[in-house]
Amino acid sequence: MAKIRVQVNGRETEGEVPDRMLLIHFLRDELRLTGAHVGCDTSQCGACTVHLDGQAVKSCAVLAVQADGRSITTIEGLSAGGEALHPMQQSFHDNHGLQCGFCTPGMVMTGIDIARRHGRPDEATVRRELEGNLCRCTGYQNIVKAILDGAERMEAGA
Amino acid sequence: MNQPFHGKTFGKSVKRSEDGRFLRGKGRYVDDVILPGQAYAAFVRSPFAHARIENIDVSAALAMPGVQRVVLGQDMVEAGLPPLPCGWMIHSSNGEPMKVGVRRALAVDAARYVGEPVALVIADTRDLARDAAEAVQVDYADLSIAGQMPDALAPGAVQIHDDIPGNLAFDWEIGNRAAVDTAFASAAVTVPLSLENNRLVPNAIEPRAINAHWDAVDEKLTLYMTHQNPIGIRMFLAAHYQLAAEHKLRVVSPDVGGGFGSKAPNYPEEVAVAFAAKLVDRPVKWTADRTEAFLTDAHGRDHLSDAELALDAHGRFLALRVDTRANVGAYLSASASLVPTYMYATMLSGQYVIPAIHARVRAVYTNTCPVDAYRGAGRPEAAYLIERIVNVAAETMGIDQAEIRRRNFIRQFPYQTPVVYEYDSGDYEKTLDAALELADYSGFEARKAESADRGKLRGIGVSAYVEACGIGPSAKLAALGGGAGMWDSAEVRVHPAGTVEVLSGAHSHGQGHQTTFAQLVADRFGIPFENISVVQGDTDRIQAGTGTYGSRASVGMSAALRACDQIIAKGKLIASHILGVDADRVDFEDGIFLSKDSNSTLSFGEMAYAAHMAAAFPTTEIEPGLVATSFFDPPNFTYPAGIYVCEVEIDPGTGVVDVVSFAAADDFGFVANPMIVEGQVHGGMTQGIGQALWEHARYDAESGQLVTASYMDYGMPRAGSVPNYNLVFSSTPSPVNPLGMKGCGEAGAIGAPPAVINAICNALDVRHVEMPATPEKIWKLCAEKGVL
Repeated sequence: MAKIRVQVNGRETEGEVPDRMLLIHFLRDELRLTGAHVGCDTSQCGACTVHLDGQAVKSCAVLAVQADGRSITTIEGLSAGGEALHPMQQSFHDNHGLQCGFCTPGMVMTGIDIARRHGRPDEATVRRELEGNLCRCTGYQNIVKAILDGAERMEAGA
Repeated sequence: MNQPFHGKTFGKSVKRSEDGRFLRGKGRYVDDVILPGQAYAAFVRSPFAHARIENIDVSAALAMPGVQRVVLGQDMVEAGLPPLPCGWMIHSSNGEPMKVGVRRALAVDAARYVGEPVALVIADTRDLARDAAEAVQVDYADLSIAGQMPDALAPGAVQIHDDIPGNLAFDWEIGNRAAVDTAFASAAVTVPLSLENNRLVPNAIEPRAINAHWDAVDEKLTLYMTHQNPIGIRMFLAAHYQLAAEHKLRVVSPDVGGGFGSKAPNYPEEVAVAFAAKLVDRPVKWTADRTEAFLTDAHGRDHLSDAELALDAHGRFLALRVDTRANVGAYLSASASLVPTYMYATMLSGQYVIPAIHARVRAVYTNTCPVDAYRGAGRPEAAYLIERIVNVAAETMGIDQAEIRRRNFIRQFPYQTPVVYEYDSGDYEKTLDAALELADYSGFEARKAESADRGKLRGIGVSAYVEACGIGPSAKLAALGGGAGMWDSAEVRVHPAGTVEVLSGAHSHGQGHQTTFAQLVADRFGIPFENISVVQGDTDRIQAGTGTYGSRASVGMSAALRACDQIIAKGKLIASHILGVDADRVDFEDGIFLSKDSNSTLSFGEMAYAAHMAAAFPTTEIEPGLVATSFFDPPNFTYPAGIYVCEVEIDPGTGVVDVVSFAAADDFGFVANPMIVEGQVHGGMTQGIGQALWEHARYDAESGQLVTASYMDYGMPRAGSVPNYNLVFSSTPSPVNPLGMKGCGEAGAIGAPPAVINAICNALDVRHVEMPATPEKIWKLCAEKGVL
């Protein structure tokens, strides 16, 4: 067991975790932040994507102890409670970029990361950058549209 | 039937009301549920494709602190639990009933596919349960396997079930063999084609999960399950396994993260976990990991077929004969017998007048994961066969691929095919024209020349699919072997304030029912969309239904419409007392009851309040309250159809196939929400392209190991590998339900594979390419043809 101290969605949090506990399980089972999901065992599907110190990571490929002293943003931290949706979330809604919703938190977190790194990416860039996020429902068309649109809204400060 | 109902929002692209919780990370999936006293389960699974189980030693596992129990198959046999059932009875052509291999929730004596559950470990944490599962010592005697078709049918093949000789579950036929033989004898041209329909893994991104809680005091079993049909599975678990009485068995399927058919069967794991929860008197949770999903979620497709089409000198179809071997895996899953028979061979007429059809289907056991319904379930296999052979015929006779279809289209509806089904409606030529225009079919040669200038081979492929949705009526299906009624139900509850709850027996796992059902009810009652909530997926709240698969929402929505109409009829009676006129002098429009004889009106909300106050009308004549329930048993299936046009560009140097454009014209009947329906088509087409180009559940021939058991090995479509789709609707309303709807969920997965393969064959000028058309396969073809 190890003691960790992390900032999650802006709040300081302490936890005692088994050495082998993955960050995704710390978030889901210990902190009950169930927005990030586990869709595979091989870091391929991206459903568990969160931001660690502002960068998108797959929280199934990070040990909870590795997050010690760092800052995490999950999907729940983008717009708390009844607050207005983050522009990327709003864009997924407006462009029907989700169906069953399971991959969605990872797609939104990845989408924000893409927008931050590329500003206003073109479609080919978005499609290439989504290499690590699987969706079985949407055929990606509306996810790509949503990220393009969301990136534009983020740049405009919407 | 009535004129289809279209409203102000029903039929429009209303944004989804369920999105908010998904976008905020507040979706409610089974794995999110942690109950007080939660224990966790892990399965011990067979590492062998075929092995005798000689001994199971659980002592080391039980000795680990925090391990509660290890459950074995023998425990379940001793408790009197029966084997898993198959839900559809098929008789062989000699009259014998199909042969069902005994399948236990936990294997007893022998395991017959890699991943078959052998034991269940329950412990205080997930990690501990997994560690303890590793500590269970199972002695296996490895047996030879019958791992694939057609070997499993060959004389001398290893017999998988002791009582099923030749590994043959059934040998079934449909159609008129003599008529087919006669037609072939007089045909100008006959076109043979042998083809494989590759085995697929459904791959919903949410793995299957169950959390089972036994309340020993009330003898109530509550199961949180990832299921497409919570009410149906409750019936199975209560009536068949008697895990609890049906009225004390609650199934909750909250948000379900995709299904595609794979969350519709009755699985061993859910029976074993529910059984275990009763033994340990603690809630027990199991969530599959992705490897388990690959190994044990029911697979799809896996047919080998020999087909032959007879044509006259003008390219008109005379007859079709088909011999199919369907791999059902090691056991018959719930719908495994239905899929390759009444969901496949009955669809072999396609969109065409084919005067004589005969099909033989043999269902074959192999040492592989059981096969069941996967998006389309039989219909993709039929569409692929007919749409490939039509293209080979067109090529053989020198007829354009669009033209040969035009010459053979069914033009009169309803149309009785030679293979049982009667198509409801359609206008296939109009749909073809719409698709060809959208695809700029006539401009293809110029694009091909332009590709050639860049050293690329361009091809165009057309496919014309028809499928069957919203199946019913129940009596017809029972006559064909069905084991459950295929109606659906809805209850509409109007509160005193005029807000409404719609309780539906259908269950969304991505289809957006919360939005579309509310659109329907909002329009029918003339009240705001926001005033309606849609309740699904909890058997304590919904009394009856058949879930969601095979695009059944038209059935559930028809029930909801009828329930609304009962409310309106009662509302008119109540309004007549308040407005002081006879009930037949009351109209209802846009949320207002109005007297035909005066200017007096009563709003829907006022009527709802009056219904509950029960003071303004004689309760001896009209009961207080405002609740209505309807059950809708559709008089026939619906038959969505469409034309897909795919263009590919092939790099002969690498063999990579790039889908450069994809145009689709679909006839789904009335479209409730175009935005949602287009999304369904995008997803279906992507799965169809995946089948055509990359996806293949591949077992090693000697060991029976699934060699494509992770996302690193199985070719999932990714954002960078699929195109944007270009869609139009070409609707003819269905006459079989009051909404004129047909269904859209499977279409893309049915129509896309033949369109892609037709395009590849067109590009390479080859007769046939087996799916998946991987770069390796295409590169070799290019090399053989000397186009490298």
